[in-house]
Amino acid sequence: MNWFLLTQLLANGLIVGMLYGVVAMCFVLIYKSTQVVNFAQGEFLVLGAWVCLAMVVKAGLPFYIAFPFTLVFMTIFGILIQTVILRPLIGEPIISIIMVTIALSIIMQSILNWTFGNSSASFPQIFPVENVSLFGLQVETAYIMSLVLSVFVMALFYAFFQYSKYGLAMRATAYDQQAAQSLGVSVGQVFAMSWAISAVVSGIAGIIIGIVSGVSSSLAVIGIKVFPAVIVGGLDSIVGAIVGGVIIGLLENLAEFVDGQYLQWGNLYTIAPFYVLIIILVIKPYGLFGTRDIERI
Amino acid sequence: MLLQVDNISLSFGGIKALQNVSFSVDEAELFSIIGPNGAGKTSMLNCISGRYTPDEGSIKFAGEELLGRKTSERPEIGIGRTFQNLALFDHMTVLDNIMVGRHHLLKNNFLTGMAYWFGAQKEELEHRRHVEDIIDFLEIQHIRNAQAGTLSYGLRKRVELARAIALGPKLVLLDEPMAGMNMEEKEDMARFVVDLNQELGMTVIMIEHDMGVVMDISDRVMVLDFGAKVCDGLPDEVMANDHVQKAYLGAEFDDDIEADTQKEVA
Repeated sequence: MNWFLLTQLLANGLIVGMLYGVVAMCFVLIYKSTQVVNFAQGEFLVLGAWVCLAMVVKAGLPFYIAFPFTLVFMTIFGILIQTVILRPLIGEPIISIIMVTIALSIIMQSILNWTFGNSSASFPQIFPVENVSLFGLQVETAYIMSLVLSVFVMALFYAFFQYSKYGLAMRATAYDQQAAQSLGVSVGQVFAMSWAISAVVSGIAGIIIGIVSGVSSSLAVIGIKVFPAVIVGGLDSIVGAIVGGVIIGLLENLAEFVDGQYLQWGNLYTIAPFYVLIIILVIKPYGLFGTRDIERI
Repeated sequence: MLLQVDNISLSFGGIKALQNVSFSVDEAELFSIIGPNGAGKTSMLNCISGRYTPDEGSIKFAGEELLGRKTSERPEIGIGRTFQNLALFDHMTVLDNIMVGRHHLLKNNFLTGMAYWFGAQKEELEHRRHVEDIIDFLEIQHIRNAQAGTLSYGLRKRVELARAIALGPKLVLLDEPMAGMNMEEKEDMARFVVDLNQELGMTVIMIEHDMGVVMDISDRVMVLDFGAKVCDGLPDEVMANDHVQKAYLGAEFDDDIEADTQKEVA
């Protein structure tokens, strides 16, 4: 057994899993507060990454300026999507809204390909050192940044929901819109805010992955990987999203290990999460942390 | 005059929930609305709180027209409410539930909220103090940090009242605050409603089925039946009204009620 490879892959899995967790969190945030399943989550990542890259490469801005600008751009983008596209759909059947987010995903894909091209591009080197040695493992600096940023974003999420006025209002709205309204919470504002936060954080994740493995439309795959993560954790649990993300990240890399060392089937890496998706849906459809619908008869 | 309701009519499809209802409530009054099930009491409350928009009529609060203003603007205008079927945020603590009531008064926004430790803290402390006063007032200190969903029915009703008071409203709308309670809980709740009216000086509009409590604590009572106003006045006057005896209280008029119901069914 190749222990070195195994630990390397597990470390990889943890770091990638945290990123899945961050994106899954964004997905759950939108679902919880606005009951919309956002199939365009992956494209949000691609958009964030391309916009930041364009600012760095085409406009020649340094990364530390391009990054906050990208976040501002994503905020405005999120609010626009909610107010222009989704607000008029409030009260429509869920299936119509799902169709709209799928359309949004396709349209964004095309526009992004059209604007930024089909081929992949990479960020100029941002960190002076490319690799650092950690406990005998060679880890890319970008990966460490990714881990730190993931944890930071999660902590920020927690603080926001626990301590800020709007976090509290959002939790209240997610549970009972009518009651929240009667207490002076503007539901429209809360909806716009959750899309904005989701877009911004997805943008951050997109930039991180872009730095690590280059920017291309294939980043949108993360948006699909998020589904197993979210289903494992439970559709409406933010903690569940993080745990689910990490589980999927580890599982992928474990599958890669088993496949590469023993089975030699190829591609188990890509499909393993979806086997889990199916198994979870069969045995525990509410996920590990999701709310069970209890029906009293 | 704090609240002036004029000729409110509301219909859902063919059903006339309210027909030309007019009444007014004075400042610091404890005003009750009674009537049989389906009489339109909650619909009336929902019109005032902004959940329903009446087809006709006007509702003026402190001289200002309420219709056309958003539901979420009501707390700023000075109106708070509780719901007939409890609407607490079950997954949050009692304290957080009440803090949501302070939402419209908290000034710290997204960014200063992030900078919690650099200044928003002072404001938060002030609100916490206010919330603590409300908690003391309603005697729910012991459950301050409990998850709202885990509490008994009577306590949950009390927390919901606390949340409505936290808005700092001039007018509170209470939709059956004592429904489903035992005698002891009812007495407590009645005492809180009276204190809230007399000590905190809030104007109260209450829907309640327990006639004993209503007649005891109300300054004035309005009776609704089939969406129309029957009468309003002092509790004694209302009790003496023939139609009230018949439609709402009357055991002696059983036959008439049956005839009425049949007419209604037809």
